Amino acid sequence: MQLTRAGFLALLWLFVLAALRVVRSDLYAASGLRVAMPGFRRSAAGKVRGKVPRQLVVTHGALAGTRITLDGRPILMGRADDSTLVLDDDYASTRHARLSLRGTDWYVEDLGSTNGTYLDRAKVTQPLRVPLGVPIRIGKTVIELRS
Amino acid sequence: MGSPVQGAVGPVAGQSAGVDKAAPTRRGTELLLLGFAAFVVTIALMLVEANQEQQLSLRIVWYGLAFLGLFGVAHVAVRRFAPYADPLILPCVALLNGLGLVMIYRIDLAMTEKAIRLGREINNDVPKQILWTTVALALFLGVLIVIKDHRMLTRYSYTFGLVGLVLLALPAFLPSVIAPTINGAKIWLKLGPFSVQPGEFSKVLLLVFFAGFLVSKRDLFMAAGRRVLGVDLPRARDLGPVVFAWAVSLGVLVFQKDLGTSLLFYGTILVMLYVATERAVWVAVGLLLFVGGAIVAYNLFTHVQQRVANWVDPLATYADAGGGYQIAQALFGLGTGGVGGTGLGAGRPDLVPLANTDFITAAIGEELGFIGMAALLLVYTVLALRGMRSALAVRDTFGKLLGGGLSFLLVMQVFVVVGGVTKLIPMTGITAPFLSYGGSSLLANYVLVAVLLRISDAARRPQTGSRPRPVPQAPIAEAHTVMVERPT
Repeated sequence: MQLTRAGFLALLWLFVLAALRVVRSDLYAASGLRVAMPGFRRSAAGKVRGKVPRQLVVTHGALAGTRITLDGRPILMGRADDSTLVLDDDYASTRHARLSLRGTDWYVEDLGSTNGTYLDRAKVTQPLRVPLGVPIRIGKTVIELRS
Repeated sequence: MGSPVQGAVGPVAGQSAGVDKAAPTRRGTELLLLGFAAFVVTIALMLVEANQEQQLSLRIVWYGLAFLGLFGVAHVAVRRFAPYADPLILPCVALLNGLGLVMIYRIDLAMTEKAIRLGREINNDVPKQILWTTVALALFLGVLIVIKDHRMLTRYSYTFGLVGLVLLALPAFLPSVIAPTINGAKIWLKLGPFSVQPGEFSKVLLLVFFAGFLVSKRDLFMAAGRRVLGVDLPRARDLGPVVFAWAVSLGVLVFQKDLGTSLLFYGTILVMLYVATERAVWVAVGLLLFVGGAIVAYNLFTHVQQRVANWVDPLATYADAGGGYQIAQALFGLGTGGVGGTGLGAGRPDLVPLANTDFITAAIGEELGFIGMAALLLVYTVLALRGMRSALAVRDTFGKLLGGGLSFLLVMQVFVVVGGVTKLIPMTGITAPFLSYGGSSLLANYVLVAVLLRISDAARRPQTGSRPRPVPQAPIAEAHTVMVERPT
């Protein structure tokens, strides 16, 4: 009698824990567009890969919070529809800048934009290596690479 | 090239190939958890039978399998019509509904015993509730099939709003023959042998309307009016929706004497307004209006005064008609249950009036104790959490608002009813979603869950971007000359 009582409660909690396990596994599941979840991701991803940039995060501007997983292909930014990151920003050009992978490093280059691209404070005139966490400013949008 | 992609839709277009392989549908997880839920429910039924000294037989296993079969159909439908839907929503609902059925059955047993002892006619609720569950699941299926994309709901948002309002107001204006006053509230429609509570449906309908309305008129609410003491006050004419919600809630309170729906409706709309505008000032304005309305209602209506008196001290009005008897009994029940509960089927939840509808959480708290009750509340939390997460992840504003609103509606219902039962807030008499006996509530909540599943499907579905997947290209020297359409 007492045993069944406690057993059923344990069973109920087991269900809750199973559900929470699914929630947990789902936190890291891949999805193209991800809403920023501060705190959760960085610790998990950092453990696995160390210091390799794995995603691009928009930190300021209209698209703030958008994340793109880096998969080795170049990332085109601008107002053109076929850009990887479509900027809806008055200060951005149609084809504004490109991020591309060379070896293990990502490089940013300006594609002849009107208002320029800035890596941290420096204007990008030739392809520059982008370290982790250094802001790239395009018009009113700021992006950075994160591991 | 498809339609121009703007803003947030854009980023995904270029990397659809990378996402495809890593987007599990997780339907297997859902089936597994459904099986688990069915197992828990079967064990619960077995315990009730054992503790109520019914003969244990293989029959229970069949009931369990039938339950699993019923939700299996729902699972197959989800697999077919919303393959990327959230894997947790359906199992959570199944567990809550199943435990509700067991609890209603358990109270039926107690009531039957009492009826036999007093020589009254036996009135069992559980067959009706099983029927309602089946109907609700059919409706759930229907909603999943008909609504292919939640965005199509925006097209009918005004129609939904109108229908919702009419349904909400209907019982108040119909004669008592069709709309009798039951338990002090005039919220029922009697259609032949069935009584329907149209207000339950109007909750969901009005929510759809508000989501659509706020999306189209969002900019209006963002416009700031005068600045007073460093706070941007909204312009007076933008107060329309809040005042509208407030007036409807108050109308429900006055004409139908239904505190619960009124509270639920107002709270949900306030939260949606906040979600849409991200401005806390709306919440402040709404709360001020709420306090004002509450004070006026308290001074004008005796039924509100009564509820508050029962809440402040249920024992003082214990013996009065419409007094604190019910809440006091529920509290005694919860006290009897304590931390570990009396065990399923071993308590006396039938001593609380309305134990299988509004006070079913008291019955569960008595028999499963604090530990079991906490587990159930967590299941509700997980359900709402998944809804909120889907709302966060979905890419359109309407979906975000609707998902957030529906999830909030769910937890708000739980808060209002559990808060009432445990004497945290005045008892307002609404059903606990999925647990309580009651067809209308069950049907409406299943519709709610179907829409949530639809939104979560849209949120998790990998993007088939507007750009075709890059095909491996032949080296430039060997490539044929092809016509390339110039992107516009």
